Amino acid sequence: MSTQIINFTLNGDPVSTAIEPHRNLVELLQRFDLLGARESCGQGLCGCCTVLVDDVAVSGCLYFGVWVDGKKVTTVEHLDADGALSKVQQAFVDCGAFQCGFCTPGFVLMTHQLLKQNPDPSDDDIRHYLSGNLCRCAAYPEIIEAVKRAAKA
Amino acid sequence: MNQVGRNIPRLEVRAKVTGRADYTHHVRLPGMLYGKVFRSTMPHGRIVNIDTQAAKELPGVYRVVTGADIQKLIPEPYYGPAFHDQPILALDKVRHVGEPVAVVLASDPHVAEQAVQLISAEYEELPAVYDEVAAMQPDILVHDVLKPAGTFADLKHLKGRGGTNVALDYHLRRGDADAAMAKADHVFEHTFKTQQCLHLAFEPFVSVAEPGDNKLTLYTANQSPSFVRIEIARLFGWPENRVRVKVPYLGGGFGGKLYIKLEALVASLAMLTRRPVKIALTMEEQFYMITKHPTTFRIKSGVSKDGKIVARKCEVFWNGGAYADIGPRVAQKSGFTAAGPYDIDNVSVDSYELYTNRTPAGALRGFGIPQLVWAYESHTDLIARGLNIDPVEFRRKNLLRDGRPQASGTILNDAAIPEVFEAIVKRMNWNAPFDHGAGTLKRGRGIAIALKAVISPTTSAAIINISADGSITLFTGTVDMGQGSDTAYALIVAEVLGVAAEDVRVIHSDTDVTPYDMGTLGSRSLYHMGNAVRLASEDARAKLRALAAEAGLPEGTNYPPIEIFKKRFGMQAGNIIGSSNFVPSYTPPDAKGMSENVTPFWMVGGSGVEVEVDTETGHVRILRLVNAADCGKPINPAVAKTQLTGAAIMQLGFSLSEAMHLDGGQVTNASLADYKIPGIADIPPMESELVTAEQHTGPFGAKGLGESGTFGVSPAIANAIHDAVGIRITELPITAEAVLRALRAKEGRPLDDE
Repeated sequence: MSTQIINFTLNGDPVSTAIEPHRNLVELLQRFDLLGARESCGQGLCGCCTVLVDDVAVSGCLYFGVWVDGKKVTTVEHLDADGALSKVQQAFVDCGAFQCGFCTPGFVLMTHQLLKQNPDPSDDDIRHYLSGNLCRCAAYPEIIEAVKRAAKA
Repeated sequence: MNQVGRNIPRLEVRAKVTGRADYTHHVRLPGMLYGKVFRSTMPHGRIVNIDTQAAKELPGVYRVVTGADIQKLIPEPYYGPAFHDQPILALDKVRHVGEPVAVVLASDPHVAEQAVQLISAEYEELPAVYDEVAAMQPDILVHDVLKPAGTFADLKHLKGRGGTNVALDYHLRRGDADAAMAKADHVFEHTFKTQQCLHLAFEPFVSVAEPGDNKLTLYTANQSPSFVRIEIARLFGWPENRVRVKVPYLGGGFGGKLYIKLEALVASLAMLTRRPVKIALTMEEQFYMITKHPTTFRIKSGVSKDGKIVARKCEVFWNGGAYADIGPRVAQKSGFTAAGPYDIDNVSVDSYELYTNRTPAGALRGFGIPQLVWAYESHTDLIARGLNIDPVEFRRKNLLRDGRPQASGTILNDAAIPEVFEAIVKRMNWNAPFDHGAGTLKRGRGIAIALKAVISPTTSAAIINISADGSITLFTGTVDMGQGSDTAYALIVAEVLGVAAEDVRVIHSDTDVTPYDMGTLGSRSLYHMGNAVRLASEDARAKLRALAAEAGLPEGTNYPPIEIFKKRFGMQAGNIIGSSNFVPSYTPPDAKGMSENVTPFWMVGGSGVEVEVDTETGHVRILRLVNAADCGKPINPAVAKTQLTGAAIMQLGFSLSEAMHLDGGQVTNASLADYKIPGIADIPPMESELVTAEQHTGPFGAKGLGESGTFGVSPAIANAIHDAVGIRITELPITAEAVLRALRAKEGRPLDDE
């Protein structure tokens, strides 16, 4: 199958690759050994594959890789680029806001986006904003705590 | 500093919040082929023909494999923990929709997926049976003959039995339930049902097999790597040491990833092709792998006029689906406590595991207990209401207490039943006046309490390595799927060896280096492996003292380990290895299903619920969900509490929304879009209480907790709905439609069926 050359910014660095147009963003990121975005439900319903494209969260399983051409892509792996956990990541640690950890990168990225838009969210704001992310271990009470803690940090 | 009892974050926190934690999902190996599965669309049929020609011709396809190919490698390609009944790929018959029939292998998973669409199969359709009670009749047989695995001694008598769908029947007879029932002042009888639902871990089933020189390595998302190793070795006729099973962190398990799932398939494919093979299921395919048993439970109780339960008869039918998996153990082990946490002199239990033409059923967070509690706590509530006794008072009068024989005959010990029950009652403020609402919004409250005997007998082994600088490594086969086992064990090691838990390195689940463990299941790990870890740590401590003596240091010396090693070996060199095998005692049930020792420890969990029911729509809103469980003495209390909360929320899904819908054996809602699991917006106000007791035989007084939070949720909700609006829901899930139908039926204006 024919490939397409795409150029984009990945976690701050300019990159270029050839990719078939049917591959999704999760597959594209795997080529760069970025495994924090994970395809689980394959329907954009669970949020495990969350990736920021031009600072907007997308479902990597439903987003074609070629679409990031010319854009800025940020994954969970970039949040501690300076060596320290982000305040959201630290709050998730402090509150024990996960169990198996498979969905955690998605929650962390969505929380970053939430706090950017709404620095002091209410419980209802948090529930509404994160309703597109699912956690089968059901760490939800701890996740709500973590979001509030990160907001105060 | 005391280590046990500290609240510390999981050891792997940083890896998990940065997206760098290791899962089988991520495994990629050089030269790896991806397998995609062609599945049966027929619930029950004889395979007439499988046409793979077009798939083979698709460019990029490496190979297409059917059951016949597998049989050339393994003449008897049947696997399973309790029965060797499941073919690696279907042979002559298919027994459920979704059963694997062929596999396409390609370097590109998209090519394999496309090729699967080009395969066709022809079947001679056979009549199918889906219902567990109907399957009691031998009209339609799913299997011609039973094939127990021999792993479990108490299943041997089933060998060669034919003409039946009953894979296992367990019977318990304590006292004389019929006679006592005949003399009882009141008799109550009800039937309850549960639905088919499933684990749906977010890391869907995935296994990778890598052939090597005279060996095979499996990377697999599995809760029981030791069992996988033994079973793969058996299938290939190899010694265990030629099979290596590695399990990194698990993206959820809940009992789904137990025993053997995709491993025999990928192992066979890797041996056939001499290349690494990975099969990763989609979310949809998980609906065809393993589920939670649907059940029908007929329960009957005789009660004296002063409110004492004098007899209870339980008939439980477990819908095990097409292959036994661990279903027979679920039917038997849960049978011990089918009559509930009550002190009843006359009990009979009949528990039947049945084959049907559905997706197989196994263990899901409770090993059958949640299905039983749904029935016995709904029934118990109905008795109290029928006798006009407060449901709390009625239970209090009948609760089983330490020192009394449980139905199996085992004397109850270290089971905090009254403590857990009273903790819930207190939080519910049960004796205060309760506002039952008004108009179309009615309110009610309910309570439920349960007991579980842990699966027994099972073994865990652990190894401790103290390096010459004094740093400590623990080797354990427990799979950490989020429950925090690595961290709990680090705390235990640290407590014994006098270091900080954060400094203990835990190596988990690599059968080349980690010793045997029965599996991460049934809330057994903290008790069994926890004891093994403690014993191995004590062994290491004793050896360190011996080393100090060899080095000529005085007894009771306080030298740091590095000095002891240096003194003994002249430099930083050598190791100390501490090890242990832990297996608790157990007495198998006798001919009457009785045993004086059925479990190494008891689990106790319960719930209290307040609901608001909208009588116009049937919608139920949970206003409050209280959960409490006996956790012994918690090793890491904060993490323990999240187990309780997580289990309760999971059970909330099984109570209110989750159900697999079947049409002609086909699952019609096999996706997260149509199968609704709890999301963050669905979480009611919750309180979770760890009831601290002492499990005297547990490591530092601890016991398992992973399942306890599921036990009481469903019946507490149904009991609260009854309290609110006077209707009784007897089948899960409790949907708004079910509630509205019951409300309208009660008003004498029932809704139409369609």
